[in-house]
Amino acid sequence: MKVAVLKGGRSLERGVSLRSGARVEDALERLGHEVLAIDVGPDLVQRLVADRPDVAFVAMHGVGGEDGTVQELLEILGIPFTGPSAAACARCMDKVQGKDAIDEAGLPTPDWFAFNQTAFREFGAADALGRLEETLGFPLVVKPSRGGSSLGVRFARAPGEVPQALVSAFSYDDRVLLERFVDGRELAVSVLGDKPLPVVEAILLEGDRYDFEARYEIGRTRFVCPAELSAEEERAVTEAALGTYRALGCSGFARVDLILNDEGPWLLEANAIPGLTDTSLLPQAAEAAGLSFEQLVERILDLALHPAAA
Amino acid sequence: MAEVPEPTHRRRSHAGTRDLERYAGLFAERTTVMRSSAMRDLMAITARPEVISLAGGLPDTSTFPPQSFAAQMTRIAQESAAEALQYGPTEGFEETKDCILEVMGAEGMLPDPDDIIVTTGGQQGIDLVTKTLVDPGDVVICEAPTYPGAVPVFCSYQADVVQVECDEDGMDIDVLEQLLGELRTEGRRPKFIYSVPSFQNPAGVTMSFERRQRLVELARANEILVVEDNPYGLLRYGGEPMPPLYQLDGGDFVIYIGTFSKILSPGIRLGWTVAPPPVLEKIVLGKQATDLCTSTLTQYFVREYFAERRWQRYIEDLIEIYRERRDVMVQALRDNFPAEATWTEPEGGLFIWATLPDYIDTSDLLAKALRADVAFVPGQAAYVDGRGRHSMRLNFSGVTADEIREGVRRIGEVIAEQVELYGTLTGEHRLPPAEEEPQPNVVPFRKAEGA
Repeated sequence: MKVAVLKGGRSLERGVSLRSGARVEDALERLGHEVLAIDVGPDLVQRLVADRPDVAFVAMHGVGGEDGTVQELLEILGIPFTGPSAAACARCMDKVQGKDAIDEAGLPTPDWFAFNQTAFREFGAADALGRLEETLGFPLVVKPSRGGSSLGVRFARAPGEVPQALVSAFSYDDRVLLERFVDGRELAVSVLGDKPLPVVEAILLEGDRYDFEARYEIGRTRFVCPAELSAEEERAVTEAALGTYRALGCSGFARVDLILNDEGPWLLEANAIPGLTDTSLLPQAAEAAGLSFEQLVERILDLALHPAAA
Repeated sequence: MAEVPEPTHRRRSHAGTRDLERYAGLFAERTTVMRSSAMRDLMAITARPEVISLAGGLPDTSTFPPQSFAAQMTRIAQESAAEALQYGPTEGFEETKDCILEVMGAEGMLPDPDDIIVTTGGQQGIDLVTKTLVDPGDVVICEAPTYPGAVPVFCSYQADVVQVECDEDGMDIDVLEQLLGELRTEGRRPKFIYSVPSFQNPAGVTMSFERRQRLVELARANEILVVEDNPYGLLRYGGEPMPPLYQLDGGDFVIYIGTFSKILSPGIRLGWTVAPPPVLEKIVLGKQATDLCTSTLTQYFVREYFAERRWQRYIEDLIEIYRERRDVMVQALRDNFPAEATWTEPEGGLFIWATLPDYIDTSDLLAKALRADVAFVPGQAAYVDGRGRHSMRLNFSGVTADEIREGVRRIGEVIAEQVELYGTLTGEHRLPPAEEEPQPNVVPFRKAEGA
């Protein structure tokens, strides 16, 4: 089969995407497919039209590739592609839309408020900060609405730290959200087709539990898969993740991030195109389920070509 | 569809070799400190052609006359092809050392040629010195901020890196003295103090004469080695020449690292290290293990180039070009950066270090700047401990005056947006760039930044 691997692009996560893409290309070749590697740029449509791949494997992360833009093009060109639909990608990429959908589905997600930059620049939204800080409490989390990895995510421990956190988050998107910080175990559930894969837990290796930024420094977190969960916890976590996956309209695959504490699971977000590098969580979870990387790639292709078979 | 698929690009036959887990159990302990980071990923996209990159550290090699390059290479081919294509001595050729003596002589240094080893760039000098002196856990002292390219070297030998604050006069020797005292109480003897005393990378500052003397005295009194990295010493655009540490010390406790990268070409990968004989002996053994010898071909090139007796004139040309670019950048900073920003005005070298108000994180700013197609190095890259978040390194040597103006203008614009936003968020409505006369400024180099 002729498979176009779409990777790179102009997103801030270009580096990760190139690594994901390269690994997928290797696996596809081992599986005997014909690989058409495309570093996505202005000639994308031209190349797709000229080379007519049977299917496109989207290995792009961040704005442009994970937000539905490329998926929309593929839908128009009638080329089947891996991962969620354009609409689902857009919902996953935009944390505000995503949380709305999760909330509407009756699933627990930490309280939040969303703002456009315009609200602050033109409508004096800063005057409302005090009130919402009271509602959310400290520490609170400030996130760019659309942004991959953890770029621009900041924790504010006190009111004085909120403006600076907002400036950071607004560097990545014109819309940000302020979210109540929920303390608990950090879990990720990858879903393949409609089956949850074993749960991954991120455990901070060293340093202060409240040294939030450390959580996002590579090398300071250890990932355990499958996470040590009681049967009851595992059921609650996977059900919540599947509920989120469906609420966002995902298909193919996605990764749902959540926090687990005494009150149960708290859904944070879903990633429409989780990383596929050798240190990424989806491949780790697949391996824990007994799927080699090739098998994972083959299954993802299958789901793209025969969605009903999910 | 073709019957036999044409390979779309070359590819190794073992497609599985990218899988980390196959090799994870084999990696040495020290590779765990070789970390990747989100910031490094950001830097990866500064290479897009439409981006004006003030993030590089490149000399402008387009100023080197191609016909001169061609003539030298032709001469090598005609007169000494066999030798130039052969291995050479590990220490380097005597003729290369003659060129090195000329360069060092221009800054008042007179080393014994036997104390010199020719290396594959100055970077290899840093690596070999560290390899020779540092065991895991040993203390290495360097400046804060320090040369971003030195940090991975120290880390790969598992050194415990301690950074000493810099101000406009270079490394703060009072702080260094105190640190040495503390380490002594703990029974730890630092292996060496790494310093770029002239036109430092990244800060652009130059160590004062008085501090140079004190540093050398401290090294002698404590019997600690100083590693002086001096790639830019001859690229001085103003002010009085400053004696290198090596000259002040006479070579007892100062190891000197030099390079042809900034005065001729980084592509030839030619540098050198000068060390006391017992240390040099070990360095030579280390180099033998690493790569046997430095490229013979490029050593021949340097020999031919120096024989033309124009190398100093070429540096004078570079100085003219870089001085203008520095001036353009300083003016652009005055015109476009907010009043709260500070920056160094280097008397030489390739870099300006700018520090922004403490509510601006330059890694985040870079994400925004990249959307405006301009790049710089976030200050964090020059620290081992996450500091430097509000600073940035700007290069002015590898870009044209127009690119500098436009690049700084774009950075100024994204900063102004953040300043204004912060003002809105805190109720302090500030105005972006001051309209009044630029202050006669400005070397204010923020001390103890983020400490």
